[in-house]
Amino acid sequence: MPSDYFPLFIMLVVSVAFAAIGVGVSALLGPRRPTAIKGQTYESGMPAVGTARRRVWIRYYLVAVIFILFDIEIIFFYPWAVVFRQEPVFLFVEMALFVAILLVGYIYVWRKGGFDWY
Amino acid sequence: MNIFGIYIDQPIIDFIILIIRCVVWIIALLTAFAYIQLVERWVIAKIQVRIGPNRTGPRGLLQPLADAIKALMKEELIPTNADKLVFVIAPMISVATALLAFAVIPVSPPINLFGYEMPMQIADINVALLYLLAIGSVSVYGTVLAGWSSNNKYSLLGSLRAAAQLISYEVTLGLALVGVLMLTSTLNLNEIVNYQANYGWIILPQILGFVLYMIAAIAETNRLPFDLPEAETELVAGYYTEYSSIKFAFFFMAEYINIITVCAIATTLFLGGYLSPLPFLPIIGAPGIWWFAIKVFLLIFVFMWIRGTFPRMRYDQLMNFTWKGMLPVALLNILITAGIIILLHPGSAQVFAR
Repeated sequence: MPSDYFPLFIMLVVSVAFAAIGVGVSALLGPRRPTAIKGQTYESGMPAVGTARRRVWIRYYLVAVIFILFDIEIIFFYPWAVVFRQEPVFLFVEMALFVAILLVGYIYVWRKGGFDWY
Repeated sequence: MNIFGIYIDQPIIDFIILIIRCVVWIIALLTAFAYIQLVERWVIAKIQVRIGPNRTGPRGLLQPLADAIKALMKEELIPTNADKLVFVIAPMISVATALLAFAVIPVSPPINLFGYEMPMQIADINVALLYLLAIGSVSVYGTVLAGWSSNNKYSLLGSLRAAAQLISYEVTLGLALVGVLMLTSTLNLNEIVNYQANYGWIILPQILGFVLYMIAAIAETNRLPFDLPEAETELVAGYYTEYSSIKFAFFFMAEYINIITVCAIATTLFLGGYLSPLPFLPIIGAPGIWWFAIKVFLLIFVFMWIRGTFPRMRYDQLMNFTWKGMLPVALLNILITAGIIILLHPGSAQVFAR
């Protein structure tokens, strides 16, 4: 029922309002005396060198891609698990085929060192 | 209905009650956060043979209030080269998603209040579990955007680590719950609790799933021994290095509300939710809430205990542990569950006979 989700929408509005009020009240109550030194980013007390807008290690992207692969697997698993009891043998074979294909990729990534951090 | 002699339509009254419920829900969560955070400081102090907060009010009971006032009154600093809009929005995303996630969890069976049948959850939706996973994914944005927008190298590293860790452990978290769904055949949390009322708590057949879920939950909430994103000794404070005043408090708040939420999910899915463990033990008043609170608090106590006991993991160990250790075990858990359901299914015998 779509109307079941209406309370969640209200909850979204109320929690965002709570966050906004918190930030607003804090901005009103707190002092505000910015100086050039205060505005610098923290780098263990040393003057900051360069910016943080730089290239990052490729492996983080790799993890993100592997995550998408497995997250889609989970999305497939959930409806499958919900109907599993209706016809377990047939559904088990179906899922085994899907997971077998996925496992080939998983083993490939493992052997290629995709999960190794050094 | 007539209130003060003025006629008000029923839908309007329902709407106002709904808003009041949401506000009460948030206040209850914030109070729980404030006192769990205080209890944690006491527990950690006891473990480390310190005294802990005991100055503000009797035995330190007013400490959360003092902290809240302090957080509100502090000067807020925004670094001059930070991305200002994203910098302000990131903690709001964190805290709003943390508050939103709890809305679908039934803390008690519906109670009767002034003639109203009051459901003890904000929304009873069919795909509650999927919703919780989705909200969990959205909350990663708060972390990543906070680290990126600060324009600080420590924050950037912290947020990248956090993102990689959160998404890695989310895979195990999701897979650990599949066994529960196979048993209950539903994603609705109320129906899962009802299933447990009829067939016993799911922790018994799904003990492996429960252990996997709890480990992944500790990692999801950035707690020791998986708190690399905010490792003080190497990354200062991780993704919230640059945050001060209420924005810092929001991250802190989001972390603790997430701990409450993951423990509440574990309680609902594995420990029978608001059901009483012993049917002959009645509690006066609203018994469901008390049982639920006791179970959730025991799980949170385990979190505190682990924090006081374990050293931090190394980052490569952390990633290996989930991708090479927990993920295959979670798949194995699904395989075992599927095998047992097939063996017990009445139609299976004919399939094997053919």
